[in-house]
Amino acid sequence: MTDSTLSGASPRQPLVLRFPAILIFMACLALFTVGVTILSEGFGIGLISTSFVKTLGKTLCLCLVALAMDLVWGYCGILSLGHMAFFGLGGYAIGMWLMYERTRLIVVESMSAQALPPTPEQISDGIASQIFGVVGASEFPPIWAVAHSLPLQLAAVVLVPGLLALVFGWFAFRSRVTGVYLSILTQAMTLALALYLFQNDSGLRGNNGLSGLQNLPGLGNVPQSVVSVWFLWASALALALGFWLATWVVSGKFGSVLRGIRDDEARVRFLGYPVESYKLFVFTLSAVIAGIAGALYYPQAGIINPAELAPIASIYLAVWVAIGGRGRLYGAVIGAAFVSLLSTWFTGGQAPDIVLGNWRIQWVDWWTVLLGVSFVAVTLFAPKGIGGLFDLLADRLTPNRHGADLGPDQGALREKEASE
Amino acid sequence: MARLLLILTLLIASLPAAAQQADAPIQQLLQEHAGQLAKPSRTKVAPTIDAIAGSGLPEAQTVLRKWQDKELWQNTETGLFIWAEEIDRDTIRGFDFAGDTALGELPDDAFEQSKPNSGVRKMIGAALVKFQLTAEDVATRRTAIDNIERDAEASHLAPLREAIETETSPTLKARAERLERLLTIRFGETEEERIAAIEGFQGDLGVDLRGALNPLVTTRLEAAEVTPDGPEVARVLKPGSEALPREDAYDLLVSEGIAKPRISRADKAAALVANIDGEAVAGIQVATLDTEDARDMAYAKLAEQGTVDPVATEPEIDETLGEYAFYEVFTGAPPAVALAAMDALNGIETRVAVNQAADLALDAISLGSIYFLAAIGLAITFGVMGVINMAHGEFIMMGAYTGFVVQQIIPDQTLSVILAIPLAFAVTFAAGVAMERLVIRWLYHRPLETLLATFGISIALQQIAKNIFGTQARPLTAPGWLDGSLVFNDIVSISYIRIAIFVLALLFLALFLLVMNRTRLGLEVRAVTQNPRMAASMGINPDRINMLTFGFGSGIAGIAGVAIGLYAKVTSEMGADYIVQSFMTVVVGGVGNIWGTLLGATLVGSLQKGIEWLNPSNTLAAQTYMILFIILFIQFRPRGIIALKGRAAEA
Amino acid sequence: MSQLLEVSGVSVSFDGFKALNNLSFSIRNRELRAVIGPNGAGKTTFMDVVTGKTKPDEGRVLWGEPPISLLGKSESTIAMAGVGRKFQRPTVFEDQTVEANLMMALRKPRSPFAVLFFKPSAEDRDRVAEMAETIGLAQALTRKSGELSHGQKQWLEIGMLLAQDPQLLLVDEPAAGMTTAEREKTTDLLREAAKTRAVVVVEHDMEFVRRLGCKVTVLHEGSVLAEGSIDHVTKNENVIEVYLGR
Repeated sequence: MTDSTLSGASPRQPLVLRFPAILIFMACLALFTVGVTILSEGFGIGLISTSFVKTLGKTLCLCLVALAMDLVWGYCGILSLGHMAFFGLGGYAIGMWLMYERTRLIVVESMSAQALPPTPEQISDGIASQIFGVVGASEFPPIWAVAHSLPLQLAAVVLVPGLLALVFGWFAFRSRVTGVYLSILTQAMTLALALYLFQNDSGLRGNNGLSGLQNLPGLGNVPQSVVSVWFLWASALALALGFWLATWVVSGKFGSVLRGIRDDEARVRFLGYPVESYKLFVFTLSAVIAGIAGALYYPQAGIINPAELAPIASIYLAVWVAIGGRGRLYGAVIGAAFVSLLSTWFTGGQAPDIVLGNWRIQWVDWWTVLLGVSFVAVTLFAPKGIGGLFDLLADRLTPNRHGADLGPDQGALREKEASE
Repeated sequence: MARLLLILTLLIASLPAAAQQADAPIQQLLQEHAGQLAKPSRTKVAPTIDAIAGSGLPEAQTVLRKWQDKELWQNTETGLFIWAEEIDRDTIRGFDFAGDTALGELPDDAFEQSKPNSGVRKMIGAALVKFQLTAEDVATRRTAIDNIERDAEASHLAPLREAIETETSPTLKARAERLERLLTIRFGETEEERIAAIEGFQGDLGVDLRGALNPLVTTRLEAAEVTPDGPEVARVLKPGSEALPREDAYDLLVSEGIAKPRISRADKAAALVANIDGEAVAGIQVATLDTEDARDMAYAKLAEQGTVDPVATEPEIDETLGEYAFYEVFTGAPPAVALAAMDALNGIETRVAVNQAADLALDAISLGSIYFLAAIGLAITFGVMGVINMAHGEFIMMGAYTGFVVQQIIPDQTLSVILAIPLAFAVTFAAGVAMERLVIRWLYHRPLETLLATFGISIALQQIAKNIFGTQARPLTAPGWLDGSLVFNDIVSISYIRIAIFVLALLFLALFLLVMNRTRLGLEVRAVTQNPRMAASMGINPDRINMLTFGFGSGIAGIAGVAIGLYAKVTSEMGADYIVQSFMTVVVGGVGNIWGTLLGATLVGSLQKGIEWLNPSNTLAAQTYMILFIILFIQFRPRGIIALKGRAAEA
Repeated sequence: MSQLLEVSGVSVSFDGFKALNNLSFSIRNRELRAVIGPNGAGKTTFMDVVTGKTKPDEGRVLWGEPPISLLGKSESTIAMAGVGRKFQRPTVFEDQTVEANLMMALRKPRSPFAVLFFKPSAEDRDRVAEMAETIGLAQALTRKSGELSHGQKQWLEIGMLLAQDPQLLLVDEPAAGMTTAEREKTTDLLREAAKTRAVVVVEHDMEFVRRLGCKVTVLHEGSVLAEGSIDHVTKNENVIEVYLGR
């Protein structure tokens, strides 16, 4: 599966040889996917329940969006606190088609019993009232104009998050908003979007969101146990491609420039690089990857609603990447997989309660506290996250002869201090 | 025997009737008008009513009231008038008008009841109003005016005008005069009179005035081939516009019998289904009827066959609509009066809008002060120390919960709020200092990591609060003396609690300025902000200053929490609701300047209220647009309203 | 001979403080120039204006032949036009190897797409190796630049500037914190560089300036106080007064 995708770039050596991490990663991913398939209910011996296969598939999508996050944050120094907006938009884009098509089939089915054959207007009205009855509307909002077409909605999965990132990024980077300001701005962006979607007249069913997405139109006879494995494979493929693409982008000179922007934006600018264009490129690319991840995630989750775009979701994304170790792609993947699976375990009530005398710590309630505290601990004591452990193993300690602190925020300050 | 008994009874019963004062002036007056009194007719009764009303006799009012209530009876024998209550079908209890003396129970055979019709009763009522309006008793006069205000009639106008001249109470006189003008607007005899009355109300916003004016400008939609060129045409409408949907316009033509009826898709389909003949409708295969055009054709065929009524097709509807002009004519008043009323209403609308703007400004200021309270602590930690504290919202929440706990212990609301404020400060101050010592100290000059670490704390604190206090909203009750609102007029008002929050915001501004500019701590804080190394070498302990500054900022957040809790509900997520707005406030205002924060809060508050006003149904959309605006705003002033310039800006 | 860079009548003020006051300055091609002045004289602001970091309130900045205005252009455009800048503090990308640092600086198309598909040719590699040789870091190509000593970082930064192949080099206090031997090497590097391009060195240290042996411009309170050879300016009474006590 992976070999054919890797023949793309080869400056001196193929990318895989320069970055063996790709091979290791692909091998692990392939092993995992095949393993899960063998253990699944749909194709294998049924040791893993279908819902858990879905959880694993969703986790792969979260890994992909974490990868996208690492690209902008770990490599380019843009702490985006609004990346789940792109993820959600991707989900909404595919969800619109899934919901439209499935409702259309149902409506056509129900109308076939009528004396007269249905007219297109009747069908369209029927779908609209089915979908929007819950928000008291019965007409299609303009944004559903292409919902009937799978190719166009698939294009929207890429274009809508991409365009939003392009426009937002153009405004933000052009005015040289950086650091925490930019983070807050991205957070405001996702908050604005979520609040907008919460309205009933947003055209996307308000806080009801889109539902029933797990049912693929026209494939009603295929059991979910099979569909779940299909999506697992699709997610794994997307993650593999995403990993390869991200590795290619951050390798070589482009990666050098990105890391340069992260560490000292002004210096890169004085080298003659149009920093804003680079940021815009990476931000948009990352948004597109996030959109694709979302488009794969929500059919597995079955439902999407505006709460998915709330700022807290994007913050959790940052938490995953930070715990996994930012600035290294596998770190983001490991962090997302580790924390989200652990979170599922704790909040699913599977973790045993801890009894302290009269106190009984139930993890369903206390898991978030643990997550918050461990996040603080990681930031304080292990800024490299889980990925840092690999450095210890590989004995690749960083140079201890650092000069002054570097970073997008402190570069200018330090420079100024030195001049005083 | 029975008959004898009856006669006997009658005799006995009629005995007291003889005691009636036949020569009393009122009775004489009544006798003069006996004909109309007994059998009033709408056209001829007026002189009678005027005579009684104008007699100046003390009993006149009673006569009119009883007459109006159909309680006037005439003795068929003597022709004398009494008033009486019916006891049962056969007997009445009579009274003499003169002196109101009781005449006892009487058989009703001997009396004829006067039954004025409703038109006459109205005329009597108008005459009665005059009595009430000129009554000795102020309460009666007030009731009369109240009644007219509630349910005015044209006939009230004349007595009201007369009563104004004799009215002695200044307040009642003012009310009566206003009422007279309102009645003139509605019932005035000449157009000039009415227009003059309307114009006399210039500058008035009263609901009663609007109530009087509104019926005058009612219109009716009419259609004709050519729009008439008269003053009665209020406006010309285009079918298919927002004011006149195409269907409504066409339905008007249909209702006037000008056009053929139209049919809805569903009715058409039903008609077709009803006429299915085997596999076809009117010879057209059912299976081909899967477009509206095909159905139209099938229906037309049915209509040709005469099975169904012909209906207008869409092109026909368009054609017919094109042939007619649609316009509205004034029906509530003569055109000149209606136009004057419309002008007056427009003027009122403008002034109402101005007043609403004032009310909105008050709302905006109070929302701004809430944001200011929420943001001021953040402005201190972010602006002065350059530390992003994402847990700031949770400090607000902690303060609010402190207030809640205090109220659980101390039931007296005033005392508990007074106690809660310093306690909330203490609790959040301690939390802030602990956080600074344990976490933030290690992350100075790494803002992004500070942001993340404080996020971790924020998540944890929120969940802890949820675990302790549960997810439901907890009330924080304001003291009773903060209930209610300060009302300026019908439109402009503000609740006391908002005023209190505004005052609190001003207090904090003063406190902040005092601490920063007048105390040793403020001096040291400013020194550390500007140059930590220099400050350290001058004997200031930057660690201590940072700790205190952070504690101070957090403590203010706690107090803000109490204030916000009084105004909104206390939940574990309340901090998150304010954190983004607080950041917006600080960012928009400009970092490191308290005046900037003040301006930012005012701007963000007014913006939110302004957008809500433009789109009142939707506060969510308002927040969306506000955030979009702020994102754009930052384009043009990336460093906020009050930006530090030059070298200082880069620190 | 026409001027490479001509700054005339430039003023910059920060909140009322005039950092540059009607400053005029010009430099020809292949000229080495030292700019000296006490703290707050406007040296750094002057470089900020030329490189596009700070927008002046008034004045002109003309560049090249035929002259074009640099005002309103972005830092990266100005850098690509041929103005290189070295900061006071060595700013190299410490997380990356010496080779990556030099490769990034190499004069090549800078647009994101060009860079994304960039593959270093043998020629590029040779150029990087040559540059590393010049700055004495040939042995350190694969080391992370964060591991270098302070002086080596300064040289690496000069090397990056040279790799950028600018027509004008603005160098801010290159000798700060260097040993005597390192200073001598730095002097040589700068003099060598000035053979092919214009170089402006901002420096406090009179000894270092004297060793450069070039025309000197003295800035004070945002404008030019004196200009000429080092001996000429050190005899100038105004200059002595300004530097008194230092």
